[in-house]
Amino acid sequence: MGRPMSMTLSEKIIAQACGRSNVNSGDIVTCKVDLAMMHDSSGPRMAGKMLDELGVPVWDIDKLVVITDHYINDENPDHKKIQEHARAWCKSHKVKYFIREQGICHTVLPEYGHLKPGMFCVGGDSHSTTGGAFGAFMIGIGSSDLVGVLATGEIWVRVPETVCMKLKGTLQPGIAAKDIMLKLCSKYGMMGFNYQAIEYRGPVVEKMSVEERMTLTNMAAELGAKTGIVAPDDITQAYLSHVGITAIDAKRWQSDDEADFTKTITLNCSSLVPYVAAPSSPENSLSISEFSQITLNQAYVGACTGAKLDDLRMVAVVLKGKKVSKNIDFFVAPATLNIRKEAEKEGILKVLVEAGAKVLPSGCGGCIGLGAARLGENVVGISTTNRNFVGRAGHKSSALYLASPYTVAASAITGKITDPRHFF
Amino acid sequence: MIIEGKCWCYGANIDTDALAPMGSYQGENVLDGAKQCLRDVDPRFAKGVRENDIFVATENLGIGSSREAAPLFLKALGVRLILASSFARIFFRNCYNIGLPALICEQSPTINMGDKLIVDLDLGIIKNLTQDVSLSYEPIPEHLYNMVLSGGLLPYLKKQLSNEHN
Ligand code: SF4
Repeated sequence: MGRPMSMTLSEKIIAQACGRSNVNSGDIVTCKVDLAMMHDSSGPRMAGKMLDELGVPVWDIDKLVVITDHYINDENPDHKKIQEHARAWCKSHKVKYFIREQGICHTVLPEYGHLKPGMFCVGGDSHSTTGGAFGAFMIGIGSSDLVGVLATGEIWVRVPETVCMKLKGTLQPGIAAKDIMLKLCSKYGMMGFNYQAIEYRGPVVEKMSVEERMTLTNMAAELGAKTGIVAPDDITQAYLSHVGITAIDAKRWQSDDEADFTKTITLNCSSLVPYVAAPSSPENSLSISEFSQITLNQAYVGACTGAKLDDLRMVAVVLKGKKVSKNIDFFVAPATLNIRKEAEKEGILKVLVEAGAKVLPSGCGGCIGLGAARLGENVVGISTTNRNFVGRAGHKSSALYLASPYTVAASAITGKITDPRHFF
Repeated sequence: MIIEGKCWCYGANIDTDALAPMGSYQGENVLDGAKQCLRDVDPRFAKGVRENDIFVATENLGIGSSREAAPLFLKALGVRLILASSFARIFFRNCYNIGLPALICEQSPTINMGDKLIVDLDLGIIKNLTQDVSLSYEPIPEHLYNMVLSGGLLPYLKKQLSNEHN
């Protein structure tokens, strides 16, 4: 027997999950799932119902996490029905990890210690790619695929090619992971990496907090990728220690030196400027200097992409001691209740409220046009979310710009799209 | 499997929010929700589309969320086949999972609104009857085709599970 073949991190995880010593990109394999996540929209009312029609139980109740975050916190009778059904379904199926109204699924999942390096995971949501920030291979799937997983614990996948995304240099003050992703969206488009896995590497990633890495993997979905992933290191270990996961095998879950990346893309982050996505697609991103004439009515800090603790910290750095423009409705929806608590402890929330922020419940909310931050007719908004398709965040006549937490904060102050570097 | 029908043609980047607007589907009445399919892109579509029609798009069909309502709506409205130059991966899987074949056909942009097509999935042939030309598509992986023939992932699983029990 020769030496074991070199593999990328994603290939290693898939090989382990399908019980083979090695896999190549293009292979179609059936993997055993280590964890399935679903929310109130994709979960009990869709996949759950279909599973019941099949008449089989959940394959392994220890491996299922159900999180409610989409249709919460309002009086809409349809939404209430969805919540009641979710509760009843989880009860009757004895779901062990049913996390109700604690925040957005992709940010709640790691907070509750469900993710660690080397896991093969699926989620009933396209941004399930976020889990890759923890060195797990996590993909988003639709409801029928979820049923297949719930019934059998398995799913077929085509082993993706891995793209090595090397982030070189140093991020300048006022520039964030979100700017990197918007820049990549502008350059490669929303299908730029269809079917591929993006592994983020390089000195910028090595210095990044886990939460900033989550922005990279979250928005891998906006590049069409099957997933995004970051190999685990001391920073991953430190985050996971906080949530009770002590021993991770960081050495094992790395791409081999000789691994076969389909291509390597290098982005020099030292010269990166703030990026903004114009309506109605993340790929309409351009450097912020193109947007000086845009007057805004609303600014939103929210979603799994843009309301983690680090995101709120960025907003606070810009807003400290300032007030938002009187022409702006400024909303902040911390991604989880834990993050909200931490933000209170750190005094961040106070900074935001004093600047004029209205704090909203922790859930998907404004990202999908629900709750107080829904964009009304002809409203022009800027937000830290990941998508700005027509009508997604409110009325179809509204216009939504996407930007980093720094840029959204700076723009809230002036009432116009504003380069946050003026505040540094 | 042979499908013959009239084409509804759209361009690039038709996203899942356009196909299944937020809030249009709560897991119950598919047909009600389907009336809103593409309402912001082409309000004539949901009213005019008929049984056996074919949905055609160019690049990146189905980008966006994982919501399965997007292909479900098309199927509920009568669409029996989808052609596009390229698909977003979750949407592509979802189509097969609900038993709706989705073909990667580079010549999709040559098809015009209202063209009649006949497609034989066993022989691998697409013919544009209106233009009198043949088109080609990427072969469907065998397990996906079997799934479509069973009517989708659920009926496929049902069959497998009942085989195991017998
Ligand atoms: S916040 Fe937005 S992008 Fe994130 S899970 Fe919720 S709906 Fe999806």
